[in-house]
Amino acid sequence: MNATDQSAMHASAAAPDETQNSGQFSTFFVADLFFGVDVLRVQEVLRYQQMTRVPQAPEVIEGLINLRGQIVAAIDMRRRLRLPRRAGDRTPMNMVLRSDGGAVSLLVDEIGDVLDVDASSFERAPRNLNPVARELVRGVYKLKDRLLLVLDAERAVDFAST
Amino acid sequence: MQDQDQEVIREFLVESHENLSRLDEEIVELEKHPKDEALLASIFRTIHTIKGTCGFLAFTTLERITHRAESLLSQLRDGRRELTPALVSLILETVDATRKVLASIERSGEEGTEQFEELAARLGAASQMTPEAAETGLEAPPTITAESGAARHGAERGTTDRATATDRATNESAGTESSGKNVTTAKALEEAASEAAVPPNCAALPESRPAEPKTDEPAHPDARKPEDEVAKSSAAADANIRVAVGLLDKLMDLVGELVLTRNQILQFNSEREDAALNATAQRLNLITSELQEGVMKTRMQPIGMVWNKLPRVVRDIAVALGKQIRLEMDGTATELDRTIIEAIKDPLVHLVRNSCDHGIETPEARIRAGKAPQGKLMLRAYHEGGQVNIEIGDDGAGIEVARVKRKAIEKGILRPEQAEKLSDREALNLIFQPGFSTAQAVTNISGRGVGLDVVKSHIERIGGVVDVFTQPGEGTTIKLKIPLTLAIIPGLVITSGGERFVIPQVSLLELIRLEGDSSDKHIEQVHGTPVLRRRGSLLPIASLNEVLKLSEGQGAGLGASGWNRSGVLQEAVNIVVLQAEDRQFGLVVDGINDTQEIVVKPLGKQLKGLSVYAGATIMGDGRVALILDVLGIGQRSGVLVESREQTRAVAGEKTNPEEEQQRLLLFRAGSFERIAVPLSLVARLEEFPRRLIEQAGGCKVVQYRSRILPLVPLRDVLEPGTADPDEIADPLQVVVFSDGGRSVGVVVDQILDVAEQTVSVRQKSVREGLLGSAVVGNRVTDFLDLNHVLRAASRGWFEGSGEPGHGRKVLVAEGSAFSRGLIRSGLDMAGYRVLEAASLDDALRNLEQEKIDLVVASLDLPPSGSAALITAMRVRPEWQAIPVLALADSAEHLRLRGEERSRVGDCQVKFDCEAMLASLARLASAVASGRESSGQEDSGPSSSGDQPSRIAVETESRPSWA
Repeated sequence: MNATDQSAMHASAAAPDETQNSGQFSTFFVADLFFGVDVLRVQEVLRYQQMTRVPQAPEVIEGLINLRGQIVAAIDMRRRLRLPRRAGDRTPMNMVLRSDGGAVSLLVDEIGDVLDVDASSFERAPRNLNPVARELVRGVYKLKDRLLLVLDAERAVDFAST
Repeated sequence: MQDQDQEVIREFLVESHENLSRLDEEIVELEKHPKDEALLASIFRTIHTIKGTCGFLAFTTLERITHRAESLLSQLRDGRRELTPALVSLILETVDATRKVLASIERSGEEGTEQFEELAARLGAASQMTPEAAETGLEAPPTITAESGAARHGAERGTTDRATATDRATNESAGTESSGKNVTTAKALEEAASEAAVPPNCAALPESRPAEPKTDEPAHPDARKPEDEVAKSSAAADANIRVAVGLLDKLMDLVGELVLTRNQILQFNSEREDAALNATAQRLNLITSELQEGVMKTRMQPIGMVWNKLPRVVRDIAVALGKQIRLEMDGTATELDRTIIEAIKDPLVHLVRNSCDHGIETPEARIRAGKAPQGKLMLRAYHEGGQVNIEIGDDGAGIEVARVKRKAIEKGILRPEQAEKLSDREALNLIFQPGFSTAQAVTNISGRGVGLDVVKSHIERIGGVVDVFTQPGEGTTIKLKIPLTLAIIPGLVITSGGERFVIPQVSLLELIRLEGDSSDKHIEQVHGTPVLRRRGSLLPIASLNEVLKLSEGQGAGLGASGWNRSGVLQEAVNIVVLQAEDRQFGLVVDGINDTQEIVVKPLGKQLKGLSVYAGATIMGDGRVALILDVLGIGQRSGVLVESREQTRAVAGEKTNPEEEQQRLLLFRAGSFERIAVPLSLVARLEEFPRRLIEQAGGCKVVQYRSRILPLVPLRDVLEPGTADPDEIADPLQVVVFSDGGRSVGVVVDQILDVAEQTVSVRQKSVREGLLGSAVVGNRVTDFLDLNHVLRAASRGWFEGSGEPGHGRKVLVAEGSAFSRGLIRSGLDMAGYRVLEAASLDDALRNLEQEKIDLVVASLDLPPSGSAALITAMRVRPEWQAIPVLALADSAEHLRLRGEERSRVGDCQVKFDCEAMLASLARLASAVASGRESSGQEDSGPSSSGDQPSRIAVETESRPSWA
């Protein structure tokens, strides 16, 4: 019935602290960046939804979506990371996260797999990373073929400071 | 009264049944853990409660046995006696007996014939047999007096649980029809409740309800009541269940979802032609509405819930302050959503305390004032227009507006000059300012200056309104208007900029649609804000597209594209008239759709900071629509902060160069409530009796100072044909304008005032006879176009009269349209031909095109002052000889710009018409006599030096304008 109920069974104990994460990450792409979020934080993944834009809202808020009766703000990750806009014909995906202030949707380019990562491959974010991105990244896992940036979800959805 | 008793008895039965079934368990438990003090205390309380209520309801048998059981229990509790199985049985037996009596009461309303003498005796004996009691002599024989003493003792202990019990008791009454109408019931309820001391963790549903008489007691022989009545009262205990509030909230959420789904189906249905679907949708609609209503009702609670603790509050304060206060309550049964009950609890208590402390006087003071020594505090609650009104009224001293103002000045909330300008109503609202308290002394009850502002913000947070009405010496009433519920509200759906928005119906006053032709008649600009003339008053208007920076809809904005140059709208406009904080404004939207019941959903954390939205909702098509926060919109658009800023502007420094200090004569004529004319243009104010009016040459005239003074009724000029000759006041109020040899009298309805203050203007009026509007003394005021009035009314009167300026072309270069208009009217009357220029470029263009004789230039001519114009003129040989008169905003300004003055022919203060004309005449004659006048330093009005920031004006008749 309610979104939280559906996924509550596997995530009710999800601690927001991602430093002690499960080692499993839901991954997604924003431009050429490859991000991961603790899988326990992810409520669901949705195709692009119709949105209601919110005049006067911070620019990063693309709009509001109706998630089975719950109203969820959608944050455009491209704008959040100050990246160029998505090509017009590409519709983003919704990655709905649980956050302190309720559910929030991140609009991302593409959804990747859920990955198990080896804690030993963790490193702090490289200094030469785009400074906006660096602020939202907790660290990097060095995967075989690419780097997985660990998204600080609380910061990503809190932009009072920006 | 009979009904109310029945009510109380039913509540008593419901609660006692629950208590008894718990008692069974507890007593059994107690047998296992005889030392468990908490358990013992709980049992004691339960028995005590029943006993207390029995006493109150006059069930003597029950009272007797429960009382004896209580004595026994109190010994156990105090450790004076060990719990033995025999005693446990005895207590259980008491419980059974109680149950029997209750069953009897439920059936017939009577206790029944069985007296339980033997049980009572055994109980009595058991409590007397204690050796300790005999030794200490504490336990007196069970005479009536001793017992009542014990009861009192018990009652005192019971008071600690009073609060919980009260709440619980009313919780129960919430579900039933509590029909409290006056203080008696409220009191009865409270007393019943106060005795109903129950531990808080008892909210579980009673599984076994001993309502069925398990006893073999025969049906009451004395069955006076009919059978169905019996059945009904037996059901009393079964008719109520306790439900967790969380469950109700959840139900409410679900109903909210259902309402949304219903809306979606209805919309779907309206798009199809399917009879079966249509019928189903209609049914769904009906059922959903009823369900919604039903679920809403479950959450409704009578306001008595909050009020029932007030008698105590009032009593305590009255005792503490040595006052006599009688509390009256009306409308205790008025129901409100529980979330709202929760929200108004504290504000109400605060307001009541405040009334007791500040409102009602001491008995001595009351007697001195000729009132009864006992003050009256009146609480009233009633439904009105989908809202609940709550009034807290006292018959105390009332609020002295002057004292409020004084206090506000003392506390630094207000400056003295601001205070003078406040209306009584505005001043009264100061008591809701943070840090305000008029109490002479700080008491522990109030006077610390925290509170009323919090009360106001609390009430406003739930969409309510607070109002104060006071009558010095007679009392004060504070009125709260509160919505019934917050969860589902009716709203108006509108579109703007291609988006849908919802406006809560409570804020909505009316809808106005202006078609292309009529819109220009109604919408005008004042002080940069568009206003609508609506039934004779001005309504500030904002555009939703502009407030929210939406892309313009089709011509519906008030921006540059929506208005043409003269401030006229080109297309039809939809205006939603809204009210926030008692102030009204119009909101222009692209389209108005319909009204709907909407479910208010909060916006996420990310959007909390946006004051323009109150939340969001899901529309019939499943999409999200934002709910506008009317107050936020009003503030964001500036239509609500205007007056406050105005006061600030008046009190503060003169920061805006667009604002001019000048003295204005204010008067009223016809439907124009406030018209202003610069006092410097006025010669005198006169009154003429009507009988002195004579006709001369088709004109009304009077004989005045051995001359003929033509009269111009202003109403005839501004609103031709509307003046009713009989309506004109006697004597006539006449403003005399004089040009030396000739005068003219303008007849107005009433002279209002002379205002001397910053004028913030600006829109040229589209109506002939008026220059434009401005805000004077916080009110919109029209400025009279004197030139037009005189010309229209006395055709040719001023022409050909040989004024010195006759025929000369004067270029008036001045950035402010308003100032230009005023300068022009003076020059026109003196016979000059006037050209206007708003900027340097404008002026140069005019100089190119026309042969200009004289230039009047403002020192502040845009973009960089008059100096640029003069420089430009000195370059062209044909312009070199044109004399320039510079105009300064004020005498101070005049001095400051001294060096610039040396480059111009002369310099004068704006709006000093006489001096300006004198200067011009001098300059013109200088040119005529072929030599250029040099700057005359002493030509500035010397008197103005004494009043640096003001324009010097003389109110007496002037000998000449030229």
